[in-house]
Amino acid sequence: MAFQPYVPPEQLIKDRSDYARKGIARGKSVVAVEYGEGILFLAENPSVTLHKVSEIYDRVAFAGVGKYSEFEDLRIAGIRLADLRGYSYGREDVTAKTLANAYSQALSTIFTQQMKPYEVEILVAQVGEDEAGNSLFHILFDGSVADEEGFVAMGGRSEDLSERLSASYRAGASLADALGGAVEAVSAVEDRSFEPQGLEVAVLDRTRARRKFRRLASDEVAGMVGGGGR
Amino acid sequence: MSSFPEGFPGPTYPLGANPSFADLVRQLGSESSSGDPGGSVPGGLSDRVSHGLSNRVPHGTTVLALKFADGVVMAGDRRATEGYSIADERIEKVFPADDHSAVAIAGAAGQATEIVKLFQTEIEHYEKVEGDRLSLEGKANRLAQMIRGNLPMAMQGLVVVPLFAGWDEGRSEGRIFRYDVTGGRWEEAVFHATGSGGIHARGTLKKRWKPGLDRAAAISVAVEALYDAAQEDAATGGPDLFRGVYPSVKVVDREGFHTIPDDEVRGSFEAIVEDLLASQPPVGASGAREAEEMGE
Repeated sequence: MAFQPYVPPEQLIKDRSDYARKGIARGKSVVAVEYGEGILFLAENPSVTLHKVSEIYDRVAFAGVGKYSEFEDLRIAGIRLADLRGYSYGREDVTAKTLANAYSQALSTIFTQQMKPYEVEILVAQVGEDEAGNSLFHILFDGSVADEEGFVAMGGRSEDLSERLSASYRAGASLADALGGAVEAVSAVEDRSFEPQGLEVAVLDRTRARRKFRRLASDEVAGMVGGGGR
Repeated sequence: MSSFPEGFPGPTYPLGANPSFADLVRQLGSESSSGDPGGSVPGGLSDRVSHGLSNRVPHGTTVLALKFADGVVMAGDRRATEGYSIADERIEKVFPADDHSAVAIAGAAGQATEIVKLFQTEIEHYEKVEGDRLSLEGKANRLAQMIRGNLPMAMQGLVVVPLFAGWDEGRSEGRIFRYDVTGGRWEEAVFHATGSGGIHARGTLKKRWKPGLDRAAAISVAVEALYDAAQEDAATGGPDLFRGVYPSVKVVDREGFHTIPDDEVRGSFEAIVEDLLASQPPVGASGAREAEEMGE
């Protein structure tokens, strides 16, 4: 075995964290906001086919920021785990908690054992029967999990975004209001307005039948925010 | 990327992610030797046991599908049999495969519902991983591979023969596929029926089917075909007005998969019976009665 110089663990963790944070800061943000009938996801994303937000299972959705190939890996792994669980047990046994735990374990292992950490932050969200039943798990590159309530912002400008969202967030808002607030927060932080074509919007809507996840087309978004964002 | 995060299931694939759920289950099954749908019984059953087995598990019987002007109607009777006895009078044999297709099963009921469940998950899994719906052709092929995977079980007597139908979004038409036990897949031009009463149902379908049937007429043809099959085949259950058991009828059209409510099926059945009564007086007297009357 080749000789390896001693590196204190504190230094190792710090170097890796800095590396991951830098990668994440380069990417665009994703915002999730609870509203009266579910959970709204908003991402700044000019592509209509490469998604940052997607469906995992009936009531569970996934959002990722950072390096595409890495969060795409995690997304597919999550779908596999969820479908396998639902197939071998029951559909209602697939929960965001299970997925958040698995992601946390996986990211933590990658962070400490692989050559480089994943430069990603992910969100696993589940819509419940009512607002109290919603869960939002925000998972960082090192596997740490935060159980959030109301809203979550991830990506480069997440701190500014959280501040804006906490000012505009109201529990039980309509979808249009929640979307308006989220678009306003993103455009204020980025200091420019967004065309609906440049936004990826999806919801977990508890009024839908089995599969609660739905993407909003850009004309639907335009109808709700009245065109240009700000 | 073929390297997968630890703790997550991930089958290897030449490039990119394998969108098949069935492959994932099979791979995990061969690793842990548990939960292997479509696998064979270890060691194999002897001929004597397998003969007994096919008579001791419930079998679903007659299912059919036919095209109409706006899509496809798929229907099945509600009976399951175990050998010569009736196992279930309300079993469901026609299932949604996804929003725009339906699958109906004839054969060993337990094995068949397992294949349907795997097939439903397979389609949804593909859609979520790829972000696009699988084409109708793709779904039909996938089902053929699953039926082929069941061949070892079919050799033991647990035969499953499905019908698959759906709305082809690319071609804007309804399509029907039938299968054989080895996974052979054939597209049907207008209609097909399979299962023990299938041959009788096909006779009715052949006489009654016309191009450009509307939805109500197509449902009526399906109900009549099942009614006729029930009269000829002991393993096919007919409508039971007394206990409210009616054939399950589903429609797949441009808007998607719909279940036809029992009331509508009953209305359709009653209209058929009325027409029969109007066109021919009931043949009341049996041979025995006639002999008795002559003796008086």
